[in-house]
Amino acid sequence: MNAGGPDGTTAFLVNGRPVTVNAPPLRRLADALRDDLGLTGTKVGCNAGDCGACTVLLDGAQVCSCMVSLAQAAGRHVETVEGLAAKGRLNRLQRAFLRHGAAQCGACTPGMLVAATELLRASPRPRAAEVLDGLGGVLCRCTGYRKIVAAVLDAAGDAPQPLATPPAGAAVGARLAKLDGVPKLTGAERYGADAVPEDALWLRIVRSPHDSARVVLGNLMEDAARPGLERVLTAADVPYNRTGIYPDLRDQPVLAEGVVRYRGDPVVALVGTREAVTAVRDEDLPIRYEPLTPVHGLADARTLGAPLVHEETEGNKLVEGGVERGDAEAALADCAATARGRFETAFVEHAYIEPEAGWARRVGERVELFVSTQTPVMDRDTTAEVLGLAPTQVRIVPSACGGGFGGKLDVSIQPLAALAAWLTGAPVACVYERPESMMASPKRHPAVIEARMGCDAEGRLQAVDFDATFDTGAYASWGPTVAGRVPVHASGPYVVPHVSARGRAFYTNGPPAGAFRGFGVPQAAIVHEALMDDLAAQLGMDRLAFRLKNALRAGDATATGQVLEASAGLVPCLEALAPRWQRALEDAARVNADDGRVRRGVGISCMWYGIGNTALSNPSAMRITLDREGRLILYNGAVDIGQGSTTILAQICADALGVAADRIAQVIGDTDWTEDAGKTSASRQTFVSGKAAELAGAALRAAILREANAADDATLEFAGAQVVVRDGGRRVEIDLTRLKADAAGVVLEGTGRFDPPTTTLDARGQGSPYAAYAFGAQVAVVDVDTELGTVTPVRIHAAHDVGRAINPTQVEGQIEGGIAQGIGLALMEEYLPGKTENLHDYLIPTIGDVPEIEVIIVEDPEPLGPFGAKGVGEPGLVPTAPAILGAIRHATGVRVTQVPALPHRLRRALLEREARP
Amino acid sequence: MPEYLRPTALDDALAALSSRPLTVLAGGTDFYPARVGAPLDDDVLDITALQWMRTIEEHADHWRIPALATWTDIVEADLPPWFDGLKLAAREIGGRQVQNAGTLCGNLCNASPAADGVPVLLSLDAEVELASLERRETMPLAEFIRGNRQTALAPDQLMVAVRVPKPHAERARGHFLKLGARRYLVISIVMVAAALEADAAGRVVRAAVSVGACSPVARRLPALEQALAGRPCDAALGETVTDAHMAPLAPVDDARGSADYRLDAARTLTARTLAGLGSMM
Repeated sequence: MNAGGPDGTTAFLVNGRPVTVNAPPLRRLADALRDDLGLTGTKVGCNAGDCGACTVLLDGAQVCSCMVSLAQAAGRHVETVEGLAAKGRLNRLQRAFLRHGAAQCGACTPGMLVAATELLRASPRPRAAEVLDGLGGVLCRCTGYRKIVAAVLDAAGDAPQPLATPPAGAAVGARLAKLDGVPKLTGAERYGADAVPEDALWLRIVRSPHDSARVVLGNLMEDAARPGLERVLTAADVPYNRTGIYPDLRDQPVLAEGVVRYRGDPVVALVGTREAVTAVRDEDLPIRYEPLTPVHGLADARTLGAPLVHEETEGNKLVEGGVERGDAEAALADCAATARGRFETAFVEHAYIEPEAGWARRVGERVELFVSTQTPVMDRDTTAEVLGLAPTQVRIVPSACGGGFGGKLDVSIQPLAALAAWLTGAPVACVYERPESMMASPKRHPAVIEARMGCDAEGRLQAVDFDATFDTGAYASWGPTVAGRVPVHASGPYVVPHVSARGRAFYTNGPPAGAFRGFGVPQAAIVHEALMDDLAAQLGMDRLAFRLKNALRAGDATATGQVLEASAGLVPCLEALAPRWQRALEDAARVNADDGRVRRGVGISCMWYGIGNTALSNPSAMRITLDREGRLILYNGAVDIGQGSTTILAQICADALGVAADRIAQVIGDTDWTEDAGKTSASRQTFVSGKAAELAGAALRAAILREANAADDATLEFAGAQVVVRDGGRRVEIDLTRLKADAAGVVLEGTGRFDPPTTTLDARGQGSPYAAYAFGAQVAVVDVDTELGTVTPVRIHAAHDVGRAINPTQVEGQIEGGIAQGIGLALMEEYLPGKTENLHDYLIPTIGDVPEIEVIIVEDPEPLGPFGAKGVGEPGLVPTAPAILGAIRHATGVRVTQVPALPHRLRRALLEREARP
Repeated sequence: MPEYLRPTALDDALAALSSRPLTVLAGGTDFYPARVGAPLDDDVLDITALQWMRTIEEHADHWRIPALATWTDIVEADLPPWFDGLKLAAREIGGRQVQNAGTLCGNLCNASPAADGVPVLLSLDAEVELASLERRETMPLAEFIRGNRQTALAPDQLMVAVRVPKPHAERARGHFLKLGARRYLVISIVMVAAALEADAAGRVVRAAVSVGACSPVARRLPALEQALAGRPCDAALGETVTDAHMAPLAPVDDARGSADYRLDAARTLTARTLAGLGSMM
């Protein structure tokens, strides 16, 4: 009656091949596949059956391999993502995923593919509802699911053809499949936890269970001693025990120095074998906590005499920023209509499917990190600073990144894994479990915003007064960025002559709040759009027409006094939505005519978003080389976190150079090889790094043309060690082997650098903080069950001005994914420390929660951008929540002032409204 | 090295249970999530090699759902409308992965206040079969679950099956509604199960209604059940429900919903369940 084979092994079939695993029978099948069999295509996102990333087929039925014991696989057939592509050729389903852009970061993709495989075997031509049911157990945080559904429906149809690669010069604007898409579909892609050396030690961080406490450490090595435990790192082991985003704000200890400031604050780090560091129970360690009165939320933080989260920060106020234009107070007094409101938002978790992961090794007097990140150069510099090394002594090799959304802009495992590797000389890996990821990682800032908005009798906006306070949690992280960006955007994408906008961030004993898709602008948009609806109602104007009347256009000045010179495409977005808006209103009126308990509502919302850092330099540099064998390599420092920069930059560079995009190989993000392309954040990679890639491609083209003495409009043909240049009737062959080569064999190269022209903001917040702005508008249709307070999105129309869609499929993917996160922000997402530290208590939208989405791409070219493009990473999210809230209000008359609009909150508001006379 | 037993005979499993404390493992859908980031050092009795304990059987006066029957097995089984509520509950649990692995009996033994299987089985007057090396016993489910994650299961006992008595009337049907804050993979805020038997004239002869996630253990609503008796089966059954009928419930405030809301939603959902069931009868 023992498990498995007589010798303690377990034998089963994997993808048709017999295997034998010698490991404990209770081991999770996911771990056995990944660690014992090296099949790391199966991803672990939660170890709790909440995310479905680890889905495999067990005798044909989909199961979470994190909840199946190794012994239970004995004698059975396990099918994983690695088994889908027969003989290295993508199967129909995989090809459909590639063509539809159904994989973004790729972390959920193995689970999605496997779940869909079960479905398609049982139901080769499924209905959409069957697809939702079949894939309902796999969470995706990037795509918004719609392209996944489309891919599964399409895979079941006629054999999908692979997307043809566009010829030279036609890449920009083409629906090119992701250049890094295939490994994401076969399981070959390597994420942070996927390439850990077998001899690696593991590091586990012991974190505070208290929001605020004094900490006293006993004799750790003595008390925790056990075979396999090599070291226990404390603050005393860290050469420079501080990290932080801003050079003057290094406020976050790597390991606690006598106090902890949030539930999740790192206290000590255990280094040893994986078994040993897992086996240590935190409560058995000689760590004594003396709990202190915690500061919870903004009201606490601002109370006179409140405990100070950081002794040196009076009143717990981290930072404030503001924009002052005209005289808002006086103008409001003169307005024909004014609206006011107070709005609250919650901590929101990024919930990328890949938790933080990576490993470090020491190589002589250097340390190398393979890690999931959005910002390799900042990681390098922070790690060097913590270890007391020069930046050149640290190398970051980014792994594939299984989702970021801003959450991987702060260091996680980097400093401690590097330190442990430095001290022990062994490779050291660290992989967060889901609860640790949720406890430790930064969040979207909770905000309390009070605002007033006023217009004249004709409906022209006159003034906005806006006061936002943000809970930045225990450490600054990107708090100052949020406090600075929000006032600039506070008056919305409208012409407002008088603006007074203030943003302040306060420390609390909550989780650090940092960067999250939109840097505070999604919270601000909830406010300005609710007030816009108020004003329209007061004036009896149509909500869309009112927005159209006030929309920023080229030539208008923003609240910071910046005159928009071009590419301000809000008006065409609204014009494209207008007929849909009318139809949706008529449809809602029909649905509501029977006065049933389910009421349909339609909402509209506008957004704008400054691309890149706020009033700060944020350059990117790119380099493309041609070697003597004719290879083109783009040294691309922009990490692709799933949003698609690897493909986008190749498309841009290829067209600038005059070659087909798939001819360009890339080295991505490796800090030893690539120039600094800045952070993958602020929707900046297409615009900033894209421009640098365009310049680099153009520079290489110019170098080649010089060799051939050819004119600008000559065409290039790359054929092995030869470049053939055709210039009118002239044909020149450049023999690359005869050109002078550097040590790496490079014969010609092009470099490009772009730093968007911005100015600093003066004392009144006046200046040009961004070189380009994205614009957009969305219409949301929802059904509200008035008896239960539940909201079901029915349809969303999203029109976004992206300047130029370099790759329309990816643009749609960004917008749809943003919309899904906007639905979560509006309706379900609220992180509560200690209560929602997993993916079943913290809810993100599932495949059944994202309705049909129509994306309308508007292209008002941005003269500074590559081929007219600007950014789209964040814009899709910004208008969704306000549009949904507007729709709820249209359906029920309730103005929601707290998100998420959980059923119990909305029901209470509905009852209060009914009770009002 | 912790023990891992995976017997192929029930007596071997029961003998092991009688000799030492063991954690029983079946579908793993509660076992593993409770051990995230923790060492897997339990001594385990894995019962999944007892595969003959998976087939749902019809007996003279009851149906028997054995220990290893999964939610998917229930959905796919050829069962009368009496089980419609159970099938609906099975479809709403987790995702397909959990439905394929998780077992009904495991759901009952885990005894979460939000266990999706409990309200339905309470409405069907289900009994559980418990076995130890020495004895077999059958116990009403209502007695088996004693509190939030507390059951009457003795350390040497294994739940080997759930028995669902056959309804007396020819017209008999069950129904189930679940409320959560998203479409899939959601823990219930409130759930309601109902089962009705009707006479030839279409009048309710027996009604059973239960509500889950609104008290430490799902509760039947006896006053409502009495009020339903004798009423014609149609959508108007939903109008029978009053606030007073919710008296057995004692919901709590948590991140998923306030206590007030749960009570309010329980009443709404109960009315809808009965209206739906009434019109289907």
